[in-house]
Amino acid sequence: MTTIAQAIRLALHVGEERHGVTDIFGEDVGAPLGGVFTCTQGLKTAWNSPLDERGIIGTAIGLALAGQKPVAEIQFSDYAYNTIDLLKLAGAMHWSSAGDWNCPLIVMTPTGAGIRGSLYHSHSFDATATHLPGWRVVIPSNPRDAYGLMLSAIREPNPVLFMVPKALMRYRGEEGEDIPGAPDQKTLDELINKPVTGDMSQWAARWPETPDLFIPFGEARTVREGRDVTVVTYSRHVVIAREACAELAREGVDVELIDLRSLAPYDWAAIAKSVKKTHRVVFVNEELDVTNFGEHLIRRVVSELFYELYAPPRLVAGAMVPGVGLSDNLERASVPQRDDLVRAIRETAKHQP
Amino acid sequence: MTHNETDGTNAELPAELLVRMHELMVKGRVLEERLITMWRQGDGYFWIGGPGEEAFNVPLGMLVHKGQGVAYDYLHLHYRSSGTLLAMGADPVDSLRQMKNTARDPYSGGRNFVGHYSVRKWNVVPISSPIEVQFSMAPGTALAQKRHGGRGISIVQGGDAGTAEADFYAGLLWSSRKGAELPVLMIVTNNQWGISTAYDGQHPATTRIADMGKAFGMPTAVIDGNDPEVAYRELSKAMEYVRRERKPYLIEAMVSRLRGHSSATGAAFVKSETDCLALFEEKLAARGIITREGADAMRTSFTAELLEASKRVIAEPQPDSSTIWDHVYATKNLVGER
Repeated sequence: MTTIAQAIRLALHVGEERHGVTDIFGEDVGAPLGGVFTCTQGLKTAWNSPLDERGIIGTAIGLALAGQKPVAEIQFSDYAYNTIDLLKLAGAMHWSSAGDWNCPLIVMTPTGAGIRGSLYHSHSFDATATHLPGWRVVIPSNPRDAYGLMLSAIREPNPVLFMVPKALMRYRGEEGEDIPGAPDQKTLDELINKPVTGDMSQWAARWPETPDLFIPFGEARTVREGRDVTVVTYSRHVVIAREACAELAREGVDVELIDLRSLAPYDWAAIAKSVKKTHRVVFVNEELDVTNFGEHLIRRVVSELFYELYAPPRLVAGAMVPGVGLSDNLERASVPQRDDLVRAIRETAKHQP
Repeated sequence: MTHNETDGTNAELPAELLVRMHELMVKGRVLEERLITMWRQGDGYFWIGGPGEEAFNVPLGMLVHKGQGVAYDYLHLHYRSSGTLLAMGADPVDSLRQMKNTARDPYSGGRNFVGHYSVRKWNVVPISSPIEVQFSMAPGTALAQKRHGGRGISIVQGGDAGTAEADFYAGLLWSSRKGAELPVLMIVTNNQWGISTAYDGQHPATTRIADMGKAFGMPTAVIDGNDPEVAYRELSKAMEYVRRERKPYLIEAMVSRLRGHSSATGAAFVKSETDCLALFEEKLAARGIITREGADAMRTSFTAELLEASKRVIAEPQPDSSTIWDHVYATKNLVGER
C-alpha cells in the first residue's frame, strides 16, 4: 500500500520520465530533504528555491510561459496568501490575452488542519482557490486519486492548484484506493523512501514501474452508496466522514458519501443525482464557514433542486476565527470532527417530507 | 537591425540607423498623442502610455532578438512600452483598437487597457496592471533560456516607483543565485514619479536604484534615457553581456514623463520635462542628418494617417457580451508549440 506522499512522488517521477515535467521546486523540495513531507524525495528535476513564495510562483509562471512544465511547491497553503495576485495573474493569462497565451504550471501545497499545526500550519485554502477563475483546483483524499490527479495536472494546459491534505500524507487509503500494480508496502518503502539515518549522500531512489493513470478533473467519486442522506466532502474529511457513515449505519441511517476530488471544475451532475435520490444533503469541509465553497453548493442545491429537498441543506465547516489554536481542545473546536458530522447527518436524516 | 550590430563603444552610430530611430520615435509620439485625443473625445475609457520614453524604448525594441520560444528574447514589459512594440514592428492601429476596446483588439479582445500588449509570436508576455510582478516572472523564462543554450535573454522593465515592491528584489535575487545566474536584462526607467508621489522621500538618500544590483553582484549602469544614441549603445553593451555571460545586468535609465501618469491625471503636456524627441531632432538637424521641415512633414503625415485610422477603428464593432466566457480555460498547450 502506497502513502499519499509516495503516490505524489511516483506521479512526479512518471511526470519527469514520460510527460515532460522540467522543474519540481520550492523551499526544501530538492535534496537533501526532498520536501518537508517527503513528497519530492529522489526526483531528478527537484531543486531548492530561496525562501520566497512570490519568487516561487513568479518563476513558475515564467517557466510555464517559456514552454516548460513546472511543479512549484508552497510549503504550506498558509503561505500561499502572499502570492495571491500572482495566482490571479496566472489564472488570467489566457483570458486577458484573448487566448494568445496559456500558463500551464502546477502549484502543489499541503493544506488543512489535523496535525496540531497551530495558527500557520493549519489553514485551508479552498475558499480562496475556488475564487481564482482560470485555475483547475484538485484535492485528493487517497493515494490512487493523488497519483491520477497529479498525472492529469501534468498534462493540463491551464494552471492547476494541487492541494494535499497534510493530515493524510502518510495515509494508505482503503481497498481500491492504491495505485494499480504498486509494489507491497515494505518493498516500496525500501525502493523509494530515503532512510533517515546514516550517510545518505549517495542514496538514489529505485523507481518501480507504475502505470499512466489519468483521473479526469471534475469527476467526483461515490465512496459509499446510501439512500437517506448525501454527504458531499473532499480532502481528509472523506476519511472522517467514512467513520461517521459507519457509526450512523449502526443506527439505521444510510449515508451516500461523495468525494468531489476536484473543486474546479466540480461534478455538479454527481451531486444533483445523489440529492434527487436521498433528498437530503450535508456539505462538509474544514475551511472557514463564511464565504465557503460548500455555501456555493448549497446555493445551487436550493436554486436548482429546491422541490427535491426533504430537509434544509447543511454545511459543516470550520469556525470563523483567525486561526486554528494549538491545544487539542482548540483545534477540535475549530474544524469539524467526526462527532460534528454524525450529529449534523443524524439531524438531517430526521426530516421527513 | 540584428542584436550584435554595435559593441557598445562610443563609435558614431550609422546615419541610417539614426534616421530609422527618429522615425520610430516620431511614430511612437504621434501614436500616444492620438490615443490621448481619443480618450479626450470619449473614444476610450482610460489612457496610459509612454510619451517621453521613446528615446529609450525605441532602441530597446530595435535591439530585441525577436521571435517565438526560448531561442529568442522574452519581454516582460509594462504599460509604457509602446515605443518598444512599435520598434519591433507592431501596427499602431492595433493600439487604437485596444484604446477603443474593439473586438479586433489583438492584445486582449477589448478586455484590457491600452498599452497592455500581449504578442506570443514575439515572446511579449501579457502586460498587466499590477506593478512589478513581471520582475518575479522574468527569472522563469530566463531559466528556460539558460537551459536551452544560445543567446536568448529575458528583458524585464518597470518604473522607479515600482522598485519598492518586493517583486523587484525577487527578480534581483532569483537572477543572481550563486552558480545559477540567469540571462536577465533588468531595466528601471526612472521618470522620478509614482503617479503623484515624487521620487525623493521614497528611495534611499545616497544610492541609485541601479546600485541595488551591486548588492547582488551584477553589472549596473545609470544612463541618460533621453538620448537614444546613449540608450542604443548602453543597451547593446548590456545585452551583449547578458547574451554572452548568461548572467544578469541592471540598467537605470533616466527618462521623462511628458503627459503625467495617465488620463487620471489629465494627460496634459508637462513643459518642465525634457522632451527627448525635440532634443534628438535638434541634434540630427545640426548634424545635417534630417531637416526641420522633413521632420515636421513626417509628423504631419503620421498624424493624418492615425487620425484616419482612428475613424475606422471607432466604427469597428465592440466585443459581443457573450465573449466574456471565451478563453477562461485553454484547450491546448499553446506555449508548448514549437
